[in-house]
Formats: sequence, C-alpha cells, structure tokens
Amino acid sequence: MVCESCGQRPATIHFTEIINGHKQESHLCEICAGELQPQGLKFAPQLSLHHFLAGLLNHELGEGSYRVPAEAGRKCAKCGIMEEQFVKQGLLGCGDCYPYFEERLQPLLRRIHGNTRHTGKVPARTGGRARLVKEIEDLKSKLKTAVEHEEFELAVKYRDRIRELEGNLLEEEGEA
Amino acid sequence: MMSIKDIVNNAHSRWMDSDGPESDIVVSSRVRVARNLTGIPFPHMLDTEKAKEVINAVRLALDNEQVKNIAGEPELINLDELSPVDRQILVDKHLISPDMLNNFQNKAVIMWQDGTISIMINEEDHLRIQCFLSGLQLTEAWEIIDQVDNGLEQTLDFAFSEKLGYLTSCPTNVGTGIRASVMLHLPGLKLTKQLGGVLGATGKLGLTVRGLYGEGTEAVGDLFQISNQITLGQSEEEIIDNLISVSRQIMSQEQAARRALYKNRREVIEDRVFRAYGILKHARILSSEEAMRLFSDLRLGLGLKAVTGIRFKLLNELMVKIRPAFMVKIAGKEMSTYERDTFRAGLIRKEFEA
Ligand SMILES: [Zn+2]
Ligand SMILES: [Zn+2]
Repeated sequence: MVCESCGQRPATIHFTEIINGHKQESHLCEICAGELQPQGLKFAPQLSLHHFLAGLLNHELGEGSYRVPAEAGRKCAKCGIMEEQFVKQGLLGCGDCYPYFEERLQPLLRRIHGNTRHTGKVPARTGGRARLVKEIEDLKSKLKTAVEHEEFELAVKYRDRIRELEGNLLEEEGEA
Repeated sequence: MMSIKDIVNNAHSRWMDSDGPESDIVVSSRVRVARNLTGIPFPHMLDTEKAKEVINAVRLALDNEQVKNIAGEPELINLDELSPVDRQILVDKHLISPDMLNNFQNKAVIMWQDGTISIMINEEDHLRIQCFLSGLQLTEAWEIIDQVDNGLEQTLDFAFSEKLGYLTSCPTNVGTGIRASVMLHLPGLKLTKQLGGVLGATGKLGLTVRGLYGEGTEAVGDLFQISNQITLGQSEEEIIDNLISVSRQIMSQEQAARRALYKNRREVIEDRVFRAYGILKHARILSSEEAMRLFSDLRLGLGLKAVTGIRFKLLNELMVKIRPAFMVKIAGKEMSTYERDTFRAGLIRKEFEA
C-alpha cells in the first residue's frame, strides 16, 4: 500500500481517527507521519486491518503485474466461502481456505510478512512432522554448542536423540 | 479470588500495580495468540449452534491440570449475559475487543485471577489467549501464554499447517498468531518534538504504532502502543526480542529527552507538573481529554521524582475509572456530558484527597 499523503513511499503507519463520530483511516509512510503534529496523532483502539487487507487484495485485482481476477463462483470446498467474499472482507472462512486459495494468498503473505514459511512454535498434537523437524533442528544447534564447549558426553546424547528422531521422521514419511 | 463481576466492578487490574521493570515509561506489556480449532470454520462463518460447540469445547479444555497449575481456577462468561456497560468496562480494561461491544452474540470470555490471563472465544478467531503484565515483561507474558496454550492443546486440536503455522481467520495473523505489544508513555519525546521521527522509524521496523484509546477527538495522554506486525517467518522469541529491543531504544530516547528537559527547563517542567497536580486536586469540571493530559503531566513528574506521594497505580486505575462506562457504574445512572465532567472532577478530587 502506498502512502496517502505523498503517494510515493510505502505506507508503514496505519491508524484510525474518529472525528465527530466519523471514522477516518490513514495510511502514511514514516516521513509523512513524521511531519504530522504530535497533537494530530489521535488513534482509535483498533486498527482496521481487514479494510487495509481488502484494499491490498483489491489492489491486486486492478492494474499491475499482480492481476489475478477473483473467479466468479469459485469457493472453498470445505466452508463454502466465495472468493469474492474473502477478497471483500479480508477474512478466510476456514483452515482449508489456505491451501484452497493458496495462489492468491502467496503474494499477499509475502507482502504482509515478507515471508511465506512458519518457523515458530509447533503444537504437539496437530504439529505432526513439523514438530519432529523443529525438535531435530533445535537438537542440532545444541549439539553444535556442546561440541564447541567440548562437552562430549552431552554431545553423544544429543547425537543419539537426533538419530532416533530422524528415524521416526522417516517412518512417518513412509506412512504418509 | 476475583470473579468477572468483581472485574467489572473494580477499576483495578493486576498490571496497574506498576511493579514491573521500567514501569515509569513502559506502562504495560501484553501478549496474545490466536488459535482455531481444526475442522471448524472460523467464527464469522458459524451459526449459533456451532459457535456454542466451540465455547463448550474450550470450556472442557479448561479442566486440565497443566492449565490450572499456571493460571488457577478460570471463570467463563457469555458476553450476552453482561450488560452493555459491563461489556464497555471490559473493553476499557482491554479484556475484550471493541468489536465485541455490538457484536457479542455467541461469544464468551474466560478470565483467570483478575484478568491477567484471559481468553476471548469466537472473536475473529476461535481463541485469543492473552496475558497482561506490568512494565516491560514481554518474555514473561509469552512464557505464561505458551504454557496455557500447551495445556489447552492437550484437549483441543488446533488448526495448523507445517508450512503456514497456526491458521487464522485473517492472513495478517497466520504463522505464530502472536501479537505482542507494549504501552509506552512518551511525554518527553512529545515535548521535544521527536515523537514523529521516533514513531516513524518504529513503523519502518515492521512494528505498528497506535494510541491507547481514541474516544472522539480526545487526546490520549501521550500513551502509545507498539506491536509486531509480522507473524509469519519469525519465531515467537524473535518477535518478542525484536519488540523488546525497539522498546528499549525508544525508552532510552525518552529518558534522554526527559533528562534534557529537566536539566534545561526545570522550572517549566515543574510548573507543568504542579499545575496538573493542582488542577486534578481542585477542579470542579474535567473532560476526559483534559484529565488524560493532566495525568500525563503528573506521570512525567512522578518519573522525574519532581513530585512524590502519588503512585503510578492510582493514575493507572483512574484511566479506567474516568471512562464514561465506569462512571455510569459508580453513579448508577446515565449522565449528560456536563454531568459526567463534574462527576469525573469529583471522583478525581476524592482520590487525591485520600
Ligand atoms: Zn508519504
Ligand atoms: Zn474454507
């Protein structure tokens, strides 16, 4: 999204102002926001991300290289949300919408987060393979530290555990 | 033990005690995570029956040793059982979102202790687990949330994808589903006209800056909330550490500004602080805008130790007490703007006399 004030730099500051009961949203770049009088910065409690997001999606519908028109009648097979509805309100209908609308979501996620791959916490029950992968990665970094500190008994323990987990991983992949 | 009834009848919340580190500038730290149940559409797609199923599933998951060990005995209340005034007080205390004020059907809130830990059910996501602590304690808040989450997960299956992490209704939350924020009091930067620059730089670092409350065109007492914008591609710890280091940076600039002001313009600052003190102690009519501005001046004076004998805790509580909803609660009736302003002045006077 481009700054509303200069129309050139990307908007990185988003806020909602309520003037005489009317909601007004502003999206500014850091330079234009910096020029605002501090007294003029009055924020409402909730940043309306959905409108912001819907704007992004609609923007992609417009001119430019991102043009991916919403397919009329296309909907998530699981929850039934229509692509137009998702584009309009910026909210997905269910977890299965993610793989279903993946094509459309990828550029959006990259733009919001600068990334399209999760590297954080993995739940024990529904995390599945991802949990094993993360645990192995964590152990590998511990192993490296242990070797650096010449704590070889500890290192052997980590190594064995890594082998065991890698075995489990192969088994899971075999089942899948 | 405090019940939800006590929470709406009492302006106090645990974080207001200001006993956390750096609480002269960092008023509070908050961490929340979004979680959804696998196989069930997100709340905005649910009918009453399905929404109730979600509430019941969470209710059952509360009966878990790990959750109880961390948080104690929870209380769950459906939002439609609360009066509009009580719902507004929960918003003013940051325990439910403003969206839930008018949109309260099929939604519930769970609270532990005095609201330090809470869960919104069927807001934008099935669960929004939140922890609120005093001062700069983001890591501590995340550790609590992490354990509550682990405890709930022993019963609930959360929607998760290997690639995208925790799946959320809005793609801006997907991944970790985490939103960490600090509330900062920055009068020094404002008085030295550095606010725009500092907040602008903050926005550039993938963080969002917002105000505390934005009622009408009222000023908000130089209070700013800074939170992470990115939830995908960084771990929870990286997100928290980034916010902590940016907060520390802003803190040191605020401290430098305060010191410079106090050194070079001591009379001006003291005059400002003691005027605020005097007006708060004696005024007969106070708008919430003016009161918030005076609280800010007094808070600055407390931080500089220019004035003593008042506690941050009192100012934190007053921020909730002087809101229209809480005053209606105390007065027991609706009031006109004029009546509210006189009532507010009386309420503040009483607190400062005590
Ligand atoms: Zn601009
Ligand atoms: Zn769907």
